[in-house]
Amino acid sequence: MKLLTLSVHQLGELMERKEFSSEELTRVHLERISQVEDEIKAFVTVTEEAALAQARAVDQKRARGEELSLLAGIPMAITDNICTDGVKTTCASRILYNFVPPYDAEAAARLKGAGAVLMGKCSMDEFSIGPAEEKSGFFSARTPFAPEAAPGGSSGGAAAVAAGEAAFTLGSDTAGSLRQPAAFCGVIGLKPTYGRVSRYGLISYASSLDQIGPFARDMADLALILNTICGHDAKDSTSAAVAGPDFKKSLINDVKGLKIGLPKEYLANTEPRAAVKIWEAAAQLEELGAVCEEVSMPHTEYALPAHYIISSAEASSNLARYDGVRYGLRVDADDVLNMFSKTRGQGFGDQVKTRIMLGTHVLSAANYDDYYVKALQVRTLIKQEFARTFEKFDCLLTPASSTIAGQSRKETDGPLAAYWSKACNIPVNLAGVPAMSLPFGLVEGLPVGLQFIAPHFGEEILLRVGYTLQQNTEQTRLKPGLAC
Amino acid sequence: MSRYEAVIGLEVHVELKTETKIFCGCSTEFGQAPNTQVCPVCLGLPGSTGVLNKKVAELAARAGLALNCKIGAYTWFDRKNYYYPDLPKGFQISQVFRPIAYQGYLDIEVDGREKRINITRAHIEEDPGKLIHASGSIMTSRSSFVDYNRSGMPLIEIVSEPELRSGAEAKAYLEKLKAILEYTGVSDVKMEQGSLRCDANVSVRPVGTAALGTKTEIKNMNSFRAVQRAIECEVDRQIDVLEEGDSVVQETRAWDENKGITMSMRNKENPDYRCFIEQEVSPIELSDEWIKDLRATIPELPDARRKRLVAEHGLPDYDAGVITSSLALAEFFDATLEKFPEAKKISNWIMGELLRLLNARGMELSQSKITPAGLASLLELIEKGSISNKIGKEVFETMFEEGQEPAQIVKEKGLSQISDEGQLTRIIAEVIAKNPKSVEDFQAGKEKAIGFLVGQVMKATRGQANPGVVNTMLREKLAE
Ligand SMILES: [Zn+2]
Repeated sequence: MKLLTLSVHQLGELMERKEFSSEELTRVHLERISQVEDEIKAFVTVTEEAALAQARAVDQKRARGEELSLLAGIPMAITDNICTDGVKTTCASRILYNFVPPYDAEAAARLKGAGAVLMGKCSMDEFSIGPAEEKSGFFSARTPFAPEAAPGGSSGGAAAVAAGEAAFTLGSDTAGSLRQPAAFCGVIGLKPTYGRVSRYGLISYASSLDQIGPFARDMADLALILNTICGHDAKDSTSAAVAGPDFKKSLINDVKGLKIGLPKEYLANTEPRAAVKIWEAAAQLEELGAVCEEVSMPHTEYALPAHYIISSAEASSNLARYDGVRYGLRVDADDVLNMFSKTRGQGFGDQVKTRIMLGTHVLSAANYDDYYVKALQVRTLIKQEFARTFEKFDCLLTPASSTIAGQSRKETDGPLAAYWSKACNIPVNLAGVPAMSLPFGLVEGLPVGLQFIAPHFGEEILLRVGYTLQQNTEQTRLKPGLAC
Repeated sequence: MSRYEAVIGLEVHVELKTETKIFCGCSTEFGQAPNTQVCPVCLGLPGSTGVLNKKVAELAARAGLALNCKIGAYTWFDRKNYYYPDLPKGFQISQVFRPIAYQGYLDIEVDGREKRINITRAHIEEDPGKLIHASGSIMTSRSSFVDYNRSGMPLIEIVSEPELRSGAEAKAYLEKLKAILEYTGVSDVKMEQGSLRCDANVSVRPVGTAALGTKTEIKNMNSFRAVQRAIECEVDRQIDVLEEGDSVVQETRAWDENKGITMSMRNKENPDYRCFIEQEVSPIELSDEWIKDLRATIPELPDARRKRLVAEHGLPDYDAGVITSSLALAEFFDATLEKFPEAKKISNWIMGELLRLLNARGMELSQSKITPAGLASLLELIEKGSISNKIGKEVFETMFEEGQEPAQIVKEKGLSQISDEGQLTRIIAEVIAKNPKSVEDFQAGKEKAIGFLVGQVMKATRGQANPGVVNTMLREKLAE
């Protein structure tokens, strides 16, 4: 079924030419979902009826000759920590098992406004709190390349795009959840600059780190989606008062003269077979005219513990509202205090509880200065290190994951050990800069991803580098083993 | 003379007078049906994010300036984490580390002595919702209800240094604070609607020592008078505890208005609120220019206005103090004075009749129907002798309740004074004929008897005679 592998703009153009209707396209995707979901498990909720109704509405508009976005009628899916009006949004947690938001997240509203058709909600780690990919409150997704392996990070959204269940998806990234899963599933994931996309309606895990972004199949799609979701939102204080540029203008097949840095510390920590692919990509970029150079970012090793402390602290506070009083799970008890503890005790999984306890510990008056304040200081140093590095380089090239799909360290190695697989992703969230994961060939049949990191609001460079590579090497276009 | 002195600090929560809540667009109107002024933001629904209402920062800075505080050019919000069903996010957004205003003061006067009370800080925070228990407390009630209309109402908390030494000083501090916040338009400052709430930290120590005693926090006081009584009562209790050789327990105590005592609520072992910087709300940045412009809009404050009333209109300082204790009264006074130029007479009526009726009815000035123009016309009628002072009070009460013009009330009720000498001559003759004993007494030199006779004439005319005229005519008649 060819339709399932086409890009958004290809599908959009075909629908403009009336080759098929959005309803037909939606039905094809619904069929695909029912065919592969048992294995992929990318969705926690499929909104079949609503999707068909939305698709028919787009078809009617097209029949009336209304001017439509290229996204109109395109099947998409949204990760289950992004609120969707009238559609259950659970964060893959028992504690929110029945929560139906009365409003759309801003990014979801903008995509729906452009006519994109919501197929359903994608699976994730409970509240995105990894790193154990097996710890979803419900179940965990699989990469279509190797269904025995988890897709990495916390996003079924990457698996859904790779398996042809949706043409693109929206996810969030606190510790690499848009980039590692993209790498493991052979699709593109982009974490925009913090503040570039409104966080309104994104259920907070770690407020200062969380950022919404897309999974897509090619760079033109990425530009199209970014054009729709980026830009200031007056409802969100963290939304930057910066207008989104026209990202389509960044689809330039030229990297001549671009200075690309390769941070040593990232490569040193990476599974050697993945690291080899980075050098291969660097060679290719040099061939295309870029200048690649090694660079040292010595604070990198402190990013992980700092991120762990900051994200645990913020999570312990952000997750306090799930107390059984207003919505979600409530376990009745004799008095209100017991109701709180029983509800939270039964509603949260072990990973989440661990992080709440850690966060509570590091924020308590006795430990605050030793942990939380120190972590904030480290964060400042890391931001400064990025700023200094970007004085010399236009962007950085690193592995998108320090491990290969299905070979992430095991939960039994301890929580922090599993966290290490995101060591290449995490400094980016601390610094708030944008980064993109781009597929780059296979190692033993499993996809490997490149991560490009740009300065604040430098997404245009990411698109330009990605577009050039996509135009010049087949390695960036991967076909999953689970044939479409 | 007590061997102990009280050390009192007040924490006053004041609801800011904004149209909408602190981080969302919900209305702040008081008294609406429960949970009708709510949205995803003030309900703390998952994924909701708020944006600071600019008016909140302005009003808070305004209060700070009026209280002689320094204003922070860069301040931010923090989270105070704790669990309670009225707190929808599981944390309260407040300013823990950097208050918008700090190091201020206000001056109070008790028993003619002036005293400066330093203000530690005034910071912005959001109000939680309101719990209503079917019976008893949250732990004993079978069920409890939450109204989130109040959730996200903007507050400032004004914290005084522990420099108050008596319940009376505390009351004076609150009265002054209330007047300043009312003058500057920062708040409605209505204690009965909860827009002003006060907790008191109370400790005692032997006179002459510097170390602080163990303090208790007193809550649940619903009037300034109650604050004063609760503090007095708590100070006595703590002294008794110490005198008996025991020590004061650090705890929160509730004032019981009916029993007139404070009762232990819970031991307070300083809960750890795990405060940290709020990341989802932007910091507040105020430029020097903005602060300067704001300072220029602070109106004349109570103390300055009081001095002006004394200097410009010759009012006694006491009268000026009473009138300027509330902006509404002060404005009422000024407006009346524009139409009737005798300041002392106006202040007598304000401090006498107006405040008497307001207190008796438990009303705000704005709830009465009396207007400055109405009072001015009434005073003119009295001045011209059309009605007596006594009738004037009756007319005033009607104006207060119903709001008619005084001349109309006088006419409708037939209250105009009888100055017609023919009619009076007849009545006086009757009174003299009926009261020979008093006539005799007067003629025998008992000056007091004339008062009784005047009273009888007034009674016969149902108070409508001009007492001055009656007095003169009686004396003339009796001298015959
Ligand atoms: Zn609201």
